[in-house]
Amino acid sequence: MYARAATWWTILRISLEERLVYRGDFALGTLMRFLPIVTQIFLWSAVISGMEAAGSGRQIVGYSYHDIIAYYLLTMISRAFSSMPSLAGGIARDIRDGTIKKYLIQPIDMLGFLMLYRLAHKVVYYTVAAAPFALVFYLCRGYFSGWPGGPTFLAYLAALLMSFLLGFFLEATLGMLGFWLLEVNSLLFVYMLLNFFFSGHMFPIDMLPGVWGTIVRQIPLEYLAYFPAAVFLGKVTGSALWIGLATEFAWVVFFMIASRVVFHLGTRHYSGYGG
Amino acid sequence: MANYFHVFLTFARNSLIRDMTFRANFVIDLISSTSWMAINLAFYTLIFRYTPAIGAGTGWAKYQFFLFLATGLFINSLVQALFMTNADELSELVRTGTLDFALLKPIDTQFLVSLTRIDWSALGNFVLGLGLMGYSMYQLHYLPGLVQIVLYPLYVLCGIAIYYSLMIALAATSVWLGRNQTLFDFWFYITNFSRYPMEIYRGPWGTPLRQVFTFCLPVLVVVNVPAQVLVRPVNPQLPADWFLPGFALFATVASLLGSRWVFQRALRSYRSASS
Repeated sequence: MYARAATWWTILRISLEERLVYRGDFALGTLMRFLPIVTQIFLWSAVISGMEAAGSGRQIVGYSYHDIIAYYLLTMISRAFSSMPSLAGGIARDIRDGTIKKYLIQPIDMLGFLMLYRLAHKVVYYTVAAAPFALVFYLCRGYFSGWPGGPTFLAYLAALLMSFLLGFFLEATLGMLGFWLLEVNSLLFVYMLLNFFFSGHMFPIDMLPGVWGTIVRQIPLEYLAYFPAAVFLGKVTGSALWIGLATEFAWVVFFMIASRVVFHLGTRHYSGYGG
Repeated sequence: MANYFHVFLTFARNSLIRDMTFRANFVIDLISSTSWMAINLAFYTLIFRYTPAIGAGTGWAKYQFFLFLATGLFINSLVQALFMTNADELSELVRTGTLDFALLKPIDTQFLVSLTRIDWSALGNFVLGLGLMGYSMYQLHYLPGLVQIVLYPLYVLCGIAIYYSLMIALAATSVWLGRNQTLFDFWFYITNFSRYPMEIYRGPWGTPLRQVFTFCLPVLVVVNVPAQVLVRPVNPQLPADWFLPGFALFATVASLLGSRWVFQRALRSYRSASS
């Protein structure tokens, strides 16, 4: 037990050190990533002014102009938890070029290793990105109507943590489809496209009309960006909040099991050649 | 001049042969770039379910705005097809010292490094732009007059020239900096401002922003001027209406001359590399 904990700790420490090498570039990059939000602020201001002039009110599906900007900023936090750059692509590449063998012959669990690696990445990211995030949120504080109450904030934190787990297990499962498909780039592109649109990264998904609004509630993507932000803004309350959290938890468990099953079946199917 | 055109045609032909060698890859590239745009179109269609116009009194209603988008598609797809790959490659030429070979050829170096490789798959969005333009004009029952038919292509070319100048000037700085990844991020974030009609930038923050991106770094005139020429025909009676189109011509010449100067200066600082 102790030996195993020591192994995990070493993996985490090495990954942390590796991630801290380019911290300056990292901080600057994070700040630059907020630039598009400037355009969004002006775009939505114009959209709302267009609505007002036509007498259609000042709100879109219950979101005021300030709510929408606050929503955008909050989805950036959701995405900071749930996005897993190059996780699925990396797994698929390891399968294709045979590097995956290292997990099969060493006494290390691949998913556990990748999880710790990702955790280290995220911890460093939050440490370095905290200052740019704090700066932008301070500058944009006028768009928020204050902190949510204690229980709402706890629910928000739970939603965020689960979005990290969901993002990890979902992408890992997708990447491991590479055991059968070898080349998963096109599949990942489709996933990225759907994710961008249906996770709520571009707009609050309450805006989706009719059948699209129904479909988006049946798939897990909303928990990657929309749900935590909506919880923070108090758009999901009461029983809907509990149902939302339970559904998110169920999706996490589902993909946790799915990733294990896919890994088990995939390694049975896998043939590694060469040195 | 005729020789240069002949060389350009050879580049175009070679690139097409190269693209057609990897046909599946070409098709995937084509689908990827057009589906990104389709997702954006879906987003704007959604916005227009809630508002009749982007900004009160700006005249950018749904189909007018779609004409703006089509203009952006023309300009961006041509810049991507002609220059993006080459500008991206320039830092690699500098880093590896391969730029020596370009310098030795009896042809203008800027011409050579700017147009060697043409990315035909980027033209998918040009076709999408044509479709969008035709559809929007049909919906508006609008047929452009002689002024528009002459001026629109001219200002689209001006837009391409301004974008090209910015891109090649940024790429040329890799001679001093050694790499240009962050600079390309910079290009992406700056051109992001030109994705929407300039009228959305107003108020105490928006007005200075609009002026900076119109007069100092003229990215706002790139799509706005041709789109305005098409959608809101300039009224020759009012001299003020001619100001922006007139300025766009000046900005184009100034950008081209400026980027030429930066490029020449960069070449003078080039010290080759490797053996």
